[in-house]
Amino acid sequence: MKSFEPKIIGLFCNWCTYLAADLAGVSRMQYAPNLRIVRVMCSGRIHPEHVLWAFENGADGVLIGGCHPGDCHYIEGNFKNLRRYLLLKRLLKQFGIDERRLRLEWISASEADKLRRVVDEFTETLRELGPFAQEAPLFQAAESPSPIQKSTLGMKEED
Amino acid sequence: MAGRNGDLPRIGVYVCHCGTNIGGKVNVPEVVAFARTLPNVVVAREYKYMCSDPGQLLIKEDIQKLNINRVIVASCSPHLHEHTFRKATLEGGQNPYLFHMANIREHVSWVTDDPEKATEKAKAIIEAAVYRIQFHEPLESKQVPVNPDVLIVGGGIAGITAALTLANAGKKVYLVERESSIGGHMAKFDKTFPTLDCASCILTPKMTAVKDHPNIQLITYAEVLEVDGYVGNFTVKVKKKPRYVIEDRCIGCYVCVENCVYKTPKYPSEFDEGIGLRKPIYIPFPQAVPLVAVIDPETCIEFKSGRCPKKCQQACREVVGRDAIDFTQKEEILEIQVGAIVLATGFQTFDASRIPEYGYGRYPNVYTSLEIERLVNSSGPTGGEIVLRDGRKPRSVGIIHCVGSRDRNFNPWCSRVCCMYSLKLAHLVRERTGAEVYNFYIDMRTPGKGYEEFYEKLLHEGVHFIRGKVAEVTDWTINPEEAGRLVIRVEDSLIGVVRRIPVDMVILSVGLEPRADAEELRRLFNISCSAEGWFLERHPKLAPVSTYTDGVFIAGACQGPKDIPDTVAQAGAAAGEVLSLVDRGFIELEPNIAVIDARKCSGCHVCIALCPYSAISFNETENVAQINEALCKGCGVCVGACPSRAIHQQLFKDEQIMAEIEGLLMVE
Amino acid sequence: MEYFYYPGCSLKGTGASYEKSLLEVFALLGIPMKELPDWNCCGATSYMSIDEEVALAMAARNLAIAEENGRDVIAPCSACYMVLRKTQKYMKEYAHIRQSILNALKKAGLTYHGDRVRIRHPLDVLVNDVGIAEIRKRVQRSLNGVRVFPYYGCLIVRPKNGFDHATYPTSMDRLLEALGCEVIDHPLKTKCCGGSLTGTLEEVGMRLVYILLKEAKKRGSHAIATVCPLCQFNLDAYQEKVEKIYSESLGIPVMYFTQLLGYALGAEDSHLGLEQHIVPVQEVFEMVR
Repeated sequence: MKSFEPKIIGLFCNWCTYLAADLAGVSRMQYAPNLRIVRVMCSGRIHPEHVLWAFENGADGVLIGGCHPGDCHYIEGNFKNLRRYLLLKRLLKQFGIDERRLRLEWISASEADKLRRVVDEFTETLRELGPFAQEAPLFQAAESPSPIQKSTLGMKEED
Repeated sequence: MAGRNGDLPRIGVYVCHCGTNIGGKVNVPEVVAFARTLPNVVVAREYKYMCSDPGQLLIKEDIQKLNINRVIVASCSPHLHEHTFRKATLEGGQNPYLFHMANIREHVSWVTDDPEKATEKAKAIIEAAVYRIQFHEPLESKQVPVNPDVLIVGGGIAGITAALTLANAGKKVYLVERESSIGGHMAKFDKTFPTLDCASCILTPKMTAVKDHPNIQLITYAEVLEVDGYVGNFTVKVKKKPRYVIEDRCIGCYVCVENCVYKTPKYPSEFDEGIGLRKPIYIPFPQAVPLVAVIDPETCIEFKSGRCPKKCQQACREVVGRDAIDFTQKEEILEIQVGAIVLATGFQTFDASRIPEYGYGRYPNVYTSLEIERLVNSSGPTGGEIVLRDGRKPRSVGIIHCVGSRDRNFNPWCSRVCCMYSLKLAHLVRERTGAEVYNFYIDMRTPGKGYEEFYEKLLHEGVHFIRGKVAEVTDWTINPEEAGRLVIRVEDSLIGVVRRIPVDMVILSVGLEPRADAEELRRLFNISCSAEGWFLERHPKLAPVSTYTDGVFIAGACQGPKDIPDTVAQAGAAAGEVLSLVDRGFIELEPNIAVIDARKCSGCHVCIALCPYSAISFNETENVAQINEALCKGCGVCVGACPSRAIHQQLFKDEQIMAEIEGLLMVE
Repeated sequence: MEYFYYPGCSLKGTGASYEKSLLEVFALLGIPMKELPDWNCCGATSYMSIDEEVALAMAARNLAIAEENGRDVIAPCSACYMVLRKTQKYMKEYAHIRQSILNALKKAGLTYHGDRVRIRHPLDVLVNDVGIAEIRKRVQRSLNGVRVFPYYGCLIVRPKNGFDHATYPTSMDRLLEALGCEVIDHPLKTKCCGGSLTGTLEEVGMRLVYILLKEAKKRGSHAIATVCPLCQFNLDAYQEKVEKIYSESLGIPVMYFTQLLGYALGAEDSHLGLEQHIVPVQEVFEMVR
């Protein structure tokens, strides 16, 4: 039997954590292949729905990566993200989702090693927690039409 | 022509092997076959190097022949080649923003051990790109004018070189230096390796040229306080510290210094590394630029007690007739507008007292290399005579390499210049004193034009070389030869014996490290530092003087240890980058700005308070928020917060992000 | 804060004057301290070289007992101090060692989490918890004019990154200065005292003892101050032998830093174990009496 491999969606800001992931590559650091990265300009861009959407679509964990406090490329977008993150953690609990499945880390462009450590650690945590689908089956069953389903059917974009 | 907005997406996917960088780990043919099965993918191809001309040609041809209207390249990081492929898309006849890049090198092949897992991950990233790109739309980038004026921070050889290059090209340059004179570390050196030409003979004319250049405004004894704006349009606040001497009145005649109530110099001179002394009013060195006196309020009696006869002021007024001394001078804040910034803030040397077993600070005859630079300098405190602190001439001298460098306890890196400057000092000491000179090295590192030859020359000059990391410098002596001297204990690793070498003088070849305030500076200019604290270049090979913040460039040792030739070359490169930016006259901004759909806006004001750039205002008549495009920097904070989902961010629309997430999760 | 006192074997044997003076000093300064209940051998010396895991498990038993009671442990013997700290470090850094020790502890009904209690040397406690300023205030008899050669030995600074610098420690220097001593700066602070070589490779051991004694004499020391029972023993007990081998008279009293501190704090001589040394130490105090 194949062992459970958690899927992690990384929502990384363009200036710090995404670059840390680039640097990890340039430095040939090996880390768990479970992470899949989405680039946003600032962690402040991340909407709670992005996180919920990831869980809904089969993610076992979501890792938000932003610049260290005080280092945000856009002055303080990371703080705005932090506020939403704390509220979102409470919401997850109400859904019956283990809040450890959502993790926020400040990882600067030079901290490739921190990225590697966090990803490996988070993968282990999620492995212990098991598949998201087992934990919150109701959450996933409530399917809403995905934007992509609409478009792959050849529907034109709105407006 | 295909690809008008609203057309059914026709996607081309191009998977790059990047030589073996991707292809050696990811099964590219399998990935390509997979891509062909994805929705709306018309063509999927692989190529050895997508960024090469033939690679780009594939894209252009497919756009024209197959009516491709969405382009995906799966290769390296968008930070490296997004621009390249957007351009290719444009040249093929499509809007450049109908392109998306899938990063399967930095994020996959280089970080994944297992080829099978790497291949699966690459598939997921490509599927995500395919999903995402369905929602791309043509966008226009905005052009903004670039202010051609340039700020250079740091007046060492890097800053001086960049300033002169830019000023000679007709650009207005502001050169800000923290100390009271420009010149930096190089001004302290006597000779430079490996040519042994006199440092001040080559530096001083450049310093003077800076002062005399009509395009350079020199701001010394000053620090940058605040930086605002963005590439092309920075506003910078500079704090000019009071020197208590009016710059344009002072002629650098030394009459004030001679007339100071202190008859003899009493305080350690910063410029002379404490080897020489200065008075509370002083000119750091005779070739200082600007040649203007400065008063140190920490040591000046007038500042300490308010009861000094102020003979310096009197002399300036009565003897020189300049009245340049002003004890009431206050600090000044200047505001300057520039289009580009070059950081050339240099390095600091390792604090040798952090290694107590080398005795620096405990044994008077243990010196740092920088102190010795002042001691051997013909315009230094001893006039170039190499003497111990008690005035004796040393009969034997030990030079310890790698102090603080290549040492896990301190700095792991090689400081690059120490072997060569140690050889230079060995040569100068031997030449001037005839002393026995011992070099204690771990490895000799002499790459550079003429460097190995210089080492070879030293080997034949009778300088001793002992390979081994010095354990300690001690005054524990065990025989008459050692009595009263310092003993260097070292394992000579070439003969496998622990040796005790008695010497009169020890020179610690201290390494280079980031300045203590590099972190503060980094924040000020919104750039990154490496884990060690050096300013981080945009790309270690291909963009060595650029940073991730457009319009901010770096030159010299603030980026990492380097010698004078490399520093000068990098300063020239930075000046070149600045010219290519400001001479174009404008910059194109990423069209990733936020856009409000007025029909959906409920007028709740939430976004207005969140915008860090005050780009959102409220339209009272329409009762909706509106965004000033010129001020929006595209962070998307307002988009993430809008309760009505009335705002979207171009290039990062919710549909795009969510489609990408969905795609990433499709592959098991 | 109340501390546990972990004597180890030395302080109950050759280092009796260390224990006596230590307890006296702590009592005079009002630092509450009681002996760790049911303590056992720290695992130093032969155990460590024969079976490291057993030795570490023995040390860990002491840690587990201390942790149960949640108090820092004062280990005056440098060897105990080093072994206990090393055990903590190994358990933290090496998962397999941690596991095997935990298994051993479990059989004794004990467990150990780590990091809840610290292993302290009395020098560390005196300098950093009590503080030099406080001690200076409590000095009743200044040791003004006594030239002391501070000697730390190798173990108190290991594993490194402890409370003082690994090759050039200064805490005892500062403490002795506060007592009025003239502290001699020298480069041999952490050089080998001979350790167990005095008993195994005598020639080497005696030479190492000689280097330290000779340097102390050369620098005009009235006394050597030590923090470790083995250092004290080697430098004191073999002095006569060394004098014979190297045909040189030395005669340097070798004291525990707690004896000097105790005297300065006004303790009676009989409470400091001054009579238990081979090279007489009383003459040092005669200078200032």
